[in-house]
Amino acid sequence: MSVRVGALALQGDFDAHLRVMAELGAQTSAIRKPEQLRQIDALVIPGGESTTLIKLMDAYDFWEPLREFTTRGRVFGTCAGLILVASEVINPAQRSLGLLDVTVERNSYGRQRESFESAGQFIDRNSDESKTREIPMVFIRAPRIQRLGEGVRALATHGEDTVMARSDHVLVATFHPELSHDPFVHQYFLSMVDEPL
Amino acid sequence: MEKETGTQQVKAGLAQMLKGGVIMDVVNAEQAKIAEDAGATSVMALERVPSDIRKDGGVARMSSVATIREIMETVTIPVMAKVRIGHFAEAQILQALGVDYIDESEVLTPADESFHVDKFAFDVPFVCGARNLGEALRRIGEGACMIRTKGEAGSGNIVEAVRHMRTVVDDMKRLTTLGPEQLMTACRDLGAPYELVRMVADAGKLPVPNFAAGGIATPADASLMMQLGAEAVFVGSGIFKSTDPAARAKAIVEATTHYMDPDILVRVSEQLGDAMPGIEMGTLEDGQLLQTRGW
Repeated sequence: MSVRVGALALQGDFDAHLRVMAELGAQTSAIRKPEQLRQIDALVIPGGESTTLIKLMDAYDFWEPLREFTTRGRVFGTCAGLILVASEVINPAQRSLGLLDVTVERNSYGRQRESFESAGQFIDRNSDESKTREIPMVFIRAPRIQRLGEGVRALATHGEDTVMARSDHVLVATFHPELSHDPFVHQYFLSMVDEPL
Repeated sequence: MEKETGTQQVKAGLAQMLKGGVIMDVVNAEQAKIAEDAGATSVMALERVPSDIRKDGGVARMSSVATIREIMETVTIPVMAKVRIGHFAEAQILQALGVDYIDESEVLTPADESFHVDKFAFDVPFVCGARNLGEALRRIGEGACMIRTKGEAGSGNIVEAVRHMRTVVDDMKRLTTLGPEQLMTACRDLGAPYELVRMVADAGKLPVPNFAAGGIATPADASLMMQLGAEAVFVGSGIFKSTDPAARAKAIVEATTHYMDPDILVRVSEQLGDAMPGIEMGTLEDGQLLQTRGW
């Protein structure tokens, strides 16, 4: 049976993620209400505006259901999604789910004028053979991971910055793999679903 | 580690992040804060909201630098600002100021009656209004990275935005039914670049996000536009010309997310106070229409 992947569809570019996931053979759905979390194995929290997403999560009591989901499912947060799953947010401080022990600085590279495309290195030191691969990266008013907590390991770098990281259940990226034509990061997330919990 | 700023991918990328959200017109930092607190994905700075421009007349220009800077310092969400059609110097000022998106807008008094801004010349992305597919593709051909319906700004009347969205969507559907030999003729009839016409014929949609604007005043209006194919909505006078802006702003944000859920629309539409007063289109003379500015 194919993996059931949902994307939090309150606001943001959830459709771009679902399109990539569908191309990779996942069964996809847009999640607008907490009860829909029961029907999926993995959840993408997409890019968007984190302040908007917080308001919409409040309106439909998404906070506890999302924390509960992470105990049994896998979560992938990109950009605003990373800001929401982080344990600490700065510039300015704001509420977050605390699903991954990282400190994230919002709009860390500057405004839209400073948004950019580039390429970074994926290095998985924990896999059987140490894999290295270049991946295209689109950064839009991107956040920066300023601290990696215990149990969180870096998976990709751009210059000095860790731009992709994971714990057992949660994957995050500061860039937007859904905007590049390279499904590698989404494939990696799907492979996490197959790992034993 | 090469970094490329201002690429079409990066410029359209921010529009992707604004999908499913509400962009709100604000004239000062205080309104911007109310908009952000209500869940706006972005605010649009302008010197007067469209209904006041309509009422007071005179030349409507880019908002003052001081106001825009104050708004940028007040909110963390992206800040957009309007420039007059063809006024590339206003756009250069906004780019230097660090505004996140520029709206080359028919709501302001046009600066050039023949030419729009060359939007490829900027690193900051542009949104432009359109009434039909040809107009949308001409703006994209000039470098716009987001299209919105023009509607009729400041009217509080959704009928023109509906007409424009339906026209764009119908025009796109028609293109998908054409054979390759018919595309150049379609291109001539639309007055649009061939490559873009071919892209729409293949994909059935615009190559950039397609948002709704011009006349949205209620949560139901937002839902209507989303159901007609808009990917996000702009609200101009509709919020700050209503009796309870904060409540209405929040309601329109929720309605845009849950546009397909009538039960939620009922809940958010309760206790909103009065919507802005609206204008019947028949009472506007041709010279009073904002949508006919630009081509």
